[in-house]
Formats: sequence, structure tokens, C-alpha cells
Amino acid sequence: MAGDCASGKVPARASVLAALERADEVKADARGLNALLSRDRDGALGAADGIARLHLDGAIPTPLAGVPVVLKDNIATLTMPTSCGSRILEGYVSPYEATVVTRLRAAGAVVIGKTNMDEFAMGSSTENSAFGPTRNPLDPTRVPGGSSGGSAACVAAGIVPIALGSETGGSVRQPASFCGVVGVKPTYGRVSRYGLVAFASSLDQIGVFGRTVDDAALGLRTIAGRDRFDSTSSDVPVSDFCEGRERNLEGIVIGRPREYFPESLDTRIRERCDAAVDALRALGATVRDVSLPHTDLAIPTYYIIAPAEASSNLARFDGVRYGRRADAGGLREMYERTRSHGFGPEVTRRILLGTYVLSAGYYDAYYKKAQEVRALIANDFSRVFAGGVHLLFTPTAPTTAFPLGAKSDPYEMYLSDIFTVTANLAGIPAMSLPIGRVDGLPVGGQLMAPHFDEATMFRASYALERTLGEAAHR
Amino acid sequence: MSVTEKEVLHVATLARLGLDPARIPTIAAELNGILAHMDVLSKVDTSNVGPVTGIGAAGTPLRVDGGNQIPLARPRDAFAPAMREAFFLVPRLATHEDGAAESP
Repeated sequence: MAGDCASGKVPARASVLAALERADEVKADARGLNALLSRDRDGALGAADGIARLHLDGAIPTPLAGVPVVLKDNIATLTMPTSCGSRILEGYVSPYEATVVTRLRAAGAVVIGKTNMDEFAMGSSTENSAFGPTRNPLDPTRVPGGSSGGSAACVAAGIVPIALGSETGGSVRQPASFCGVVGVKPTYGRVSRYGLVAFASSLDQIGVFGRTVDDAALGLRTIAGRDRFDSTSSDVPVSDFCEGRERNLEGIVIGRPREYFPESLDTRIRERCDAAVDALRALGATVRDVSLPHTDLAIPTYYIIAPAEASSNLARFDGVRYGRRADAGGLREMYERTRSHGFGPEVTRRILLGTYVLSAGYYDAYYKKAQEVRALIANDFSRVFAGGVHLLFTPTAPTTAFPLGAKSDPYEMYLSDIFTVTANLAGIPAMSLPIGRVDGLPVGGQLMAPHFDEATMFRASYALERTLGEAAHR
Repeated sequence: MSVTEKEVLHVATLARLGLDPARIPTIAAELNGILAHMDVLSKVDTSNVGPVTGIGAAGTPLRVDGGNQIPLARPRDAFAPAMREAFFLVPRLATHEDGAAESP
């Protein structure tokens, strides 16, 4: 769909109107899916008309000309609020725009709305949003995954072909798996974080959802690259991720890490993964069993590091310069009332956890130790990739989309990220694409690659998508 | 290690969070439930690795010690809760109540 819009086959205004109408048809707002928190109809149609005028003037179409997109609500925009799914930023309109938004608009994409999310990206189901949960378009009694559930739902519901989300521990890949769409986490530093409201600065990356691998590749190619406003963004050149479209996998070695296929893995998810691995072999890849021995330490490591960094990043939300401010008689009371009234329970829990593991007497035992174990986890990947493996294949999530309200224990919810957090800890790129269904619910297969080798990851994803065809959605 | 209710209050003070006293036992229990899963890390031999300080193949890139001017599309007083004469206005600290009478 993105290609049809960009080539002019579908006029810009028609594609944007179709997106807005589809959003109404599926009740993307609070009346139904609750995937969209805000829309900019006038701005979107104005942008579409601008693109049409450029076409008439003979301008060469930009890569995403007229393609409607949505953005997770932790990505700063000038014309719509950036709430991060939180009361503390409800109604807040950013005075600057994220670099990824500037790049999308320069490529001709039309931003039609901002999507629902777990508050400050803390969650795996989009149930932690202060504005109510998002529902999975394939089964509205179930979650879309999280924290980028609104973006995943908008792509799955056919509203837009491309959406942006953010990843800290799997928040693009896991909802992509739950909603039956493609979700990509780039290498840490591949995409600018300028304008992404920070959760955990050493883990955060903006990611892309696509209806197809091609949509996701186009989206990532547009937003990737060095940005002078983000000092952690890399100057490694951005290759054309679409270049691998028609290639087979001769010469590619794919590792199947045994730790991601435990005895406890749902047999039906295992079967879908085995079928995908067979398809990769049929495409010419060599598949090899490998081991990432520190995988079982990833969740405890992540849930020390991420809350620790979050406790620092969220200290800025205190009612002083922006956002909600509670009435209070004194400064200390203002801080405490603003933050306790503005943050939800999961955010409060993680701030407390993060502050605790950084506090005097506990820093070495928890935070420093976790950063050391993080090095072991990253070294597992480096060793396997140095041993001749080009990619790793695993399930994206241990389950399909679970019912709303099913997981009340915090740590049980954290375990949803068990197959995804390792890539964030190591900084490597990873993506999920549909590989089948169980009881009608999507299953995602995950590919992981060495740092900055998104090109090989996309090459394999294109090939797998092509080979599985409609079977990926059955 | 387990978190006591006194420690929860201490941590909440550090984090500038005002907690409902009735919820503190529940919060302590939740934190202890989560931290119990972290104890596994204490058994891992990390004597041969240092803590991660840079992410990715080349680590965190360094930059010149200078800032970029952040271009703002609207002035601060368009989104700040309260401003006066280019300063963000906040309630007085409780320890400075005596100064209230001297303020302009």
C-alpha cells in the first residue's frame, strides 16, 4: 500500500481520506479499539493537498508521498498532544518535533494521528494507559500487546500501512506478533531518539510497524541515520533495506538458539516456528542449533536497568516546567502531589524499583551487577555471530495475545518480554513477522542480526514472507 | 534482600513521590515479589566482565562538549504551568515561608 501511495497510483488525498474513514469504520478511538488518542484531520488533508500540488507541478514524488502514518504518543509532534499515555502529560503539546517526524514529513508521509500506549512505555499490553486499554483488532476481548499497542492495532486494522512505535524491551516486536503485523527494532543508535520521550536511554529506540515487510523497510529507511540532535545516533551509513526484496538465502547461516525453545513453549507456537525454519531452509539458508547461555538472566537484568534509568528520566515530570501541576501549599508538596496523582501504578512501581536499586547500599548489588550481566548477554550474541551465524530465529513471544485483564501479577506481565529484551540489552536489531496463527490468533517469528546488519535481517524477512504467503495469516 | 516499609517511604522521598500510607504495605510486597526474581543475578560470576558502558559495536559515540540550540516552535510560557519574567514560578519551599512577606 505504501508503494501505491508513493508512486501516485493512489492520490494523496484519497489515501489520507481512506485512512481517516477506516479509522471511523473500525472505531479506532475510545468508542471501540481505543487505538488513536488524537487525530489531525485538517492538518493531514492539508498535507495531502500540498503533495498533490507538488505532483501537478511535476516534482519527483518523495519515497512516502501521501502515505498515511500514525505515531506512538511518546513521539513529539507540534500539532497534536504528546501524552505518553499519562495524565501527567495530558493535553501537553510539544514545542518541538521529533527528528523522525521531520524525516517522515520530508519524505511526504502524512501523519494522521497519535496512538495509545502503556504509560511512558511501561507495559506489555497497553492496559497501563491512563486513557484506557487498546483492544486487539483481531479479537477485541484481547490485548494488542504493548507498549506500542495502539500503533500495532492501527496497522492491523488497515488504517495505515506504516506506524511508528518505540522499543525498550520489545514494545514494537511483541505487539507486532500479537496483531499479526511486521515490527522492527533497529540497532541502538540507528534511529534518532530526539523527540522520543525517554524511558530508558540506553535501551530506547524508535521502531517501525508495517503491514508488510516492504512497508516496514520503507519506513525504517526513511527515519534512520545520524542526527546532530541525538548524540547517541550513529553515523554508520543507512543501506537500502528494500534491496533484499527478491533475494533468496543461499549462503546465509541462521542460528536457532535452544534457550528460546524451552520445553514449556506452547507446542503450537513451536510448530509454527518449525515450519518457518523449514521455509528458511527451503530458501537456501543453513540452520544451525546455537546457545545463548545467559538468556534466562535477561528479564531480571532488564527489570533492574530499565526502571533505574526510568527513575532518572521521569524525574523531570514534577509540575515545574510543563505538564500537569497539582495544587499545593509548598514546593515539596507540589512535587509529590503532581507525581503521585499524575503517574499510574505501574509507572510508580518502576520508579520506586529503579530508585531503590540505585540507592546507597544497593547500587553495587543490583544496578552494577545487572550492567555486568548485561555484558555477558551481549557477549553471547557477539560470540555466536562471530562464529559464522548471520541471523538468529526465535519465537517473538511465549504466547499469543492474552485476554484483557488476564495478567494482574507484575512479574507475570514482565515475562511477556522474555524473548525480546535480549536484543535491547545487546543493542542489536531484531524484527517480528507473522508466521501463522493459533486458534485464529497471530504468531510472530523473530529474526535478530548483528549490529547495523538490518539489511540481512530484511533480506530473510522478505524471503520468509514471500514463501509463507497466506499461510502466515492462517 | 527485602524491602521494608520504612525503606519504601525513604525511596518514595528520594523519588519525590507522595504515597498513600495505606498502600505502602502492598507496595512493599510488590517490590519484594519483583526483587525476589533478581536474586539470581547475585549468583552469576561476573569477575571477568566490566559493566556495560556503551551500547553496540562501537560503544557510545562521543561528541564535542557543546550544545545545539533547541529550536522551539512556541515560547515556554505557552506550555509552562506558571511563569513570571522568564522564570518558572513554583510554590515556596516550606522552609522559606518567612520570606513570603518580602516577595514583590
